[in-house]
Amino acid sequence: MLKNRIIPCLDVKNGRVVKGINFVDLKDAGDPVEQAKIYSDGGADEICFLDITASNENRETIYDVVKETSKKCFVPLTVGGGVRSVEDINKLLNCGADKVSINTAAVQNPSVVEESSKKFGSQCIVVAIDAKKNGNTWEIFTHGGRKETGINAIEFALKMEKSGAGELLVTSMDKDGTQSGYDIELMKTISESVNIPVIASGGVGTLDHLVDGIKSGASAVLAASIFHYGTYSVNEAKQYLASKDIPVRI
Amino acid sequence: MNVTIVDYNSGNISSVINSFTEVAKGTVNLEVTSDLKKIKSSDKVVLPGQGSFKSCIDALNSINGLTDTLSEFVMIDKKPLFGICVGLQMFANVGYEETETKGLGWIPGKVSKIDNKNGRYKLPHIGWNQINIVKDSKIFKDIENNSHMYFVHSYEFIPEDKNVISATTDYSSNIVCSVEKENIFGTQFHPEKSDKIGLKIIENFMRL
Repeated sequence: MLKNRIIPCLDVKNGRVVKGINFVDLKDAGDPVEQAKIYSDGGADEICFLDITASNENRETIYDVVKETSKKCFVPLTVGGGVRSVEDINKLLNCGADKVSINTAAVQNPSVVEESSKKFGSQCIVVAIDAKKNGNTWEIFTHGGRKETGINAIEFALKMEKSGAGELLVTSMDKDGTQSGYDIELMKTISESVNIPVIASGGVGTLDHLVDGIKSGASAVLAASIFHYGTYSVNEAKQYLASKDIPVRI
Repeated sequence: MNVTIVDYNSGNISSVINSFTEVAKGTVNLEVTSDLKKIKSSDKVVLPGQGSFKSCIDALNSINGLTDTLSEFVMIDKKPLFGICVGLQMFANVGYEETETKGLGWIPGKVSKIDNKNGRYKLPHIGWNQINIVKDSKIFKDIENNSHMYFVHSYEFIPEDKNVISATTDYSSNIVCSVEKENIFGTQFHPEKSDKIGLKIIENFMRL
């Protein structure tokens, strides 16, 4: 039976983990490579890096991080943030990323999704959808959630599926950072609309939120802070999901 | 011992390189190349593959003499070869991704799209699934039945001779996820992404 995935996400800025917690035995709390290794040793099903480096001159730092991580972690690694072109994707994959997540570029220039999924295969193309509730539906935002687009999130999800996305990483902008749980309606609506796997993101504060995310129809749940700040370990999260009869890899 | 990972522009093979490098750790001479002479003289060959069946076959064919060299390695010299993901799928005679495409024909069979039961199952089949080991395979030495492996694919290999199947996995149906025919080995899942247990499979192949 296919298991539901738990994906811890690390925010990386200028090659360093942002707000990383000092785990026991961790020499350098800011080192993304060490943090990723702790997650993968702890049973993370995949690892996700979100590069939030603002300046262009420091953008190269993520490539070194990916290179080093992929030599030490042997679970799938997804990298997103600032991915603009097919060439950016190529570079990240060559450094050892297994999947690349595309947000703003997928909206501005959907051919990036089409071209890259043809060239590298759908399995490595994740489209990140940042959505915000607007009346009865959801609208997508770009530029890290700062810029509204007027584009309907469900229509966009369907378009991305057609363009060759292998997975959708759906983040609720209303919920992100609130620790009040995923936007369940959003996850449910998108999961039911598309035939590709959905990764739920944005808003996790408790282990029950992870359970709700999976029950909404998402194939995987992504969380940053609850793991980041050591509130729960990945293993604790998995044990909890298993206790709620949700199939996970233990 | 010389092990060659065939680099034929089949998409992203860095994870395959990293995992084999980790297992080799200086004890095995690992080459990543499409050089025909080097492939011929290797003791073992790894054939990765990402993207579509057609794109991988096209990429193999675009390197002059590569498919012949590989076929000779496998079918005449009978040396061990390990196909991963589309690398395994290409063992078939024919694949139906994008368009009907002739495969390498080393293990008779076809590669078709996984039945998603009218949308009840998501495709690609992505994530960790358990393998049911159905016959003793050398690459499964010390691997427990029902171990979890990492999958990502939408197409499946259906061999004509069921005796070549070494493991299956349950998704929308029973999917072939590993084959062994004499010196030919293949996994649909990604041992290079399946954590320690995946590295063990790689080690088993290297130690053959």
